[in-house]
Amino acid sequence: MRGSRNTLPWPSFVTVWRIAFALAVLLILAGLSLSLNLHPRTYVLLATTTSARDSGLLDYLLPFFETDTGIGVRYIAVGTGQALDLGRRGDAEVVLVHAPDAELVFMAEGYGRCRSPVMQNEFVVVGPPDDPAGIFGLTNATLAFSKILAAHARFISRGDNSGTHIMELRLWSWVGYTPSPATDPWYEESGQGMSATLGLASQLGGYTLSDDGTFLVHAASLDLLIDVRHDPPLQNFYSVIPVNPDRHPDVNVDGALAFARWLVSSRGQGLIGAYTVAGMQPFHPNGEDRCGP
Amino acid sequence: MTAPIALEGVHKSFGPKDVLRGLDADIPAGEIFAIVGPSGVGKTTTLRLLDLLLPLDQGRILFGGRPCAAGSPEALEHRRRMAMVMQNPTVFRATAFENVAYGLWIRGVPEAEIHGRVFAALDFVGLLDAAKEKADHLSGGEQQRIAFARAAVLGPEVLLLDEFTANLDPANVRLLEGAALRFRKETGCTVVIVTHNLFQAKRLANRVAFLLDGRFVEIAPAAEFFETPSRPETRAFLTGEMAY
Amino acid sequence: MRAMTDISEISQIVGISLLVAGTSTLIGSVVGIPLGVLVALKEFRGRNFVRTLAFTFYGFPPVLAGLLVFLLLSRGGPLGFLGLLFTPLGMIIAQSLLIAPIVMGITISAVTNVSRRLYDTALALGADGRQWRVTALHDARVGVLTAVMVGFGRAISEVGAVLIVGGNIRGQTRVLTTAIVLETSQAHYVEATIFGVILFAIAFAVFAALQRLQERGFV
Repeated sequence: MRGSRNTLPWPSFVTVWRIAFALAVLLILAGLSLSLNLHPRTYVLLATTTSARDSGLLDYLLPFFETDTGIGVRYIAVGTGQALDLGRRGDAEVVLVHAPDAELVFMAEGYGRCRSPVMQNEFVVVGPPDDPAGIFGLTNATLAFSKILAAHARFISRGDNSGTHIMELRLWSWVGYTPSPATDPWYEESGQGMSATLGLASQLGGYTLSDDGTFLVHAASLDLLIDVRHDPPLQNFYSVIPVNPDRHPDVNVDGALAFARWLVSSRGQGLIGAYTVAGMQPFHPNGEDRCGP
Repeated sequence: MTAPIALEGVHKSFGPKDVLRGLDADIPAGEIFAIVGPSGVGKTTTLRLLDLLLPLDQGRILFGGRPCAAGSPEALEHRRRMAMVMQNPTVFRATAFENVAYGLWIRGVPEAEIHGRVFAALDFVGLLDAAKEKADHLSGGEQQRIAFARAAVLGPEVLLLDEFTANLDPANVRLLEGAALRFRKETGCTVVIVTHNLFQAKRLANRVAFLLDGRFVEIAPAAEFFETPSRPETRAFLTGEMAY
Repeated sequence: MRAMTDISEISQIVGISLLVAGTSTLIGSVVGIPLGVLVALKEFRGRNFVRTLAFTFYGFPPVLAGLLVFLLLSRGGPLGFLGLLFTPLGMIIAQSLLIAPIVMGITISAVTNVSRRLYDTALALGADGRQWRVTALHDARVGVLTAVMVGFGRAISEVGAVLIVGGNIRGQTRVLTTAIVLETSQAHYVEATIFGVILFAIAFAVFAALQRLQERGFV
């Protein structure tokens, strides 16, 4: 009896295998076709920072854009450095960050199509209610930092090279202090995002530097007060930059541009100004359309 | 059609140990050929050489006058015309039906035909009701019957039985011996049976071969072998006086 | 700040989690099991190399795999034209790379332990090499299912690779683990715990179901 020499035993077992294999191939092909068909993307991928997300602004704002224009926006919130890098690589088509020096470099290197200011918020110094460094009510953050230094009052830093952290380091440099958490017990680094850092400061009774938006979101659950605000050097400026289509031709160029222009339009600016958290307005629109027709 | 088997000067060593040192035998088609001898003398090795599972060191094995070597391209085809039932059955982790169907699946027999043949084989060993049972839940005797059905269902031209009723109770021994004889009667296959049970050899065999020191010291028709053995070694072995 | 208590959003997250973890486990198994069987049973050139490779990648840090896949799938990278960064398929690719060695390694152990006597039996019944390998796999199927279970466990609880490659985008690439990270970073501990409980429940349910299959000695 000569049958095929290659027939396998356990036919039902083998069938399960073949089904699994076919299913795997099917799923991969389906996934590929889905993503390959989205060239160019029907949505806009925005790279932004965690503070824009944590303040709740984006979740509030983006649905309006989608309703107004029919263009979907997906955002990735990462550190400023990575957000700009995603723009360089073309993995994101529009960037919304608050790091003017880095933004200018980005533009100078030719990665951005145009750069429009959108809004500003500010950094505030917050601290425990008992205020051991005696800085409550000051309007000069540099002075406040020098008092914290003098009192060796506990201070919690982001320690993560975020925009906030960079601002904090600049303030320390103005009072002539180089943070050394290894040798100074009163200075600690959380290495985490703003919300977690605020939580830590609240628990340990320490001071920290925060953007006002995130602080307002969490204020009710924190044992901290705003000590210093409205200090001009602590103003935090956000810009929107669609990436340069010459560098990355196959991104959603039109969508990115539409988004950037919408943010600085009267509609977008009005919505930004209307956004409140805990009764306060964290972002102040100061937009200008520098992305001309 | 079953062909005669011949062993010519077969030598086999395992490392420094020379197990077989020149086996010669001619087994006509359809014969029941028993191999007896002391433990460890090489009976199982002989069967495995016949089944082309092991390569031999010297000599030849011929099927129908044509030599065949283990590992050669024709070996697989020849092996598929033989079936071996071993001591201490190893059943697959599956139902009795699937166990018996295994050899048929391997040979590409169509599913419809497999059904009928498997049930017939299970019936042959009296296990028709157990078809859907998990084989590893069955008793030792039942597992051995499955092993036999598994071999028989393939319609082998040569049936190799290696102590296939060892460790079984008398009822199962009888049942399996009966199945082997019936099978041989119905298909005319050749049977080579290795056994340490002299009574079994007496019951079943046409001819008996006594393996000692790597050679067949005596080969004779069963009646003659047991009643009037010609060699002194054979006599010593049969009476239990041989020391080894 | 609107807390995430929306049922449809939660089910989206659960759905994407199951899709990513499930597909990754499927792909990892479809690749890892046959390779494991070959390495365990067949002599081929480079066999030792493949085996060593599998066991080396056993403990490969997921987050590093995520970084490498990110660089691979980024627009500037070699596979950028596929547009898979920040998509579920990208996450699946990253996880499959992590799971395949694990499934393969456990399969190798399970199949190597198949008894020699079974081999003799299969061979005596006329099996050739390929047929024997299927037989061995069938005999070791309980152990191999364990391999799949372990793979799934790794997939559903993995966070580093899916975060880097997926980007944790709402409604697109957010899974249970990355949702927990996000909620925790925003000090939404209640929401984070809810996701954690759901994650645990899913893992438990899947393992219980597979365990049942194992006991019945399936197929």
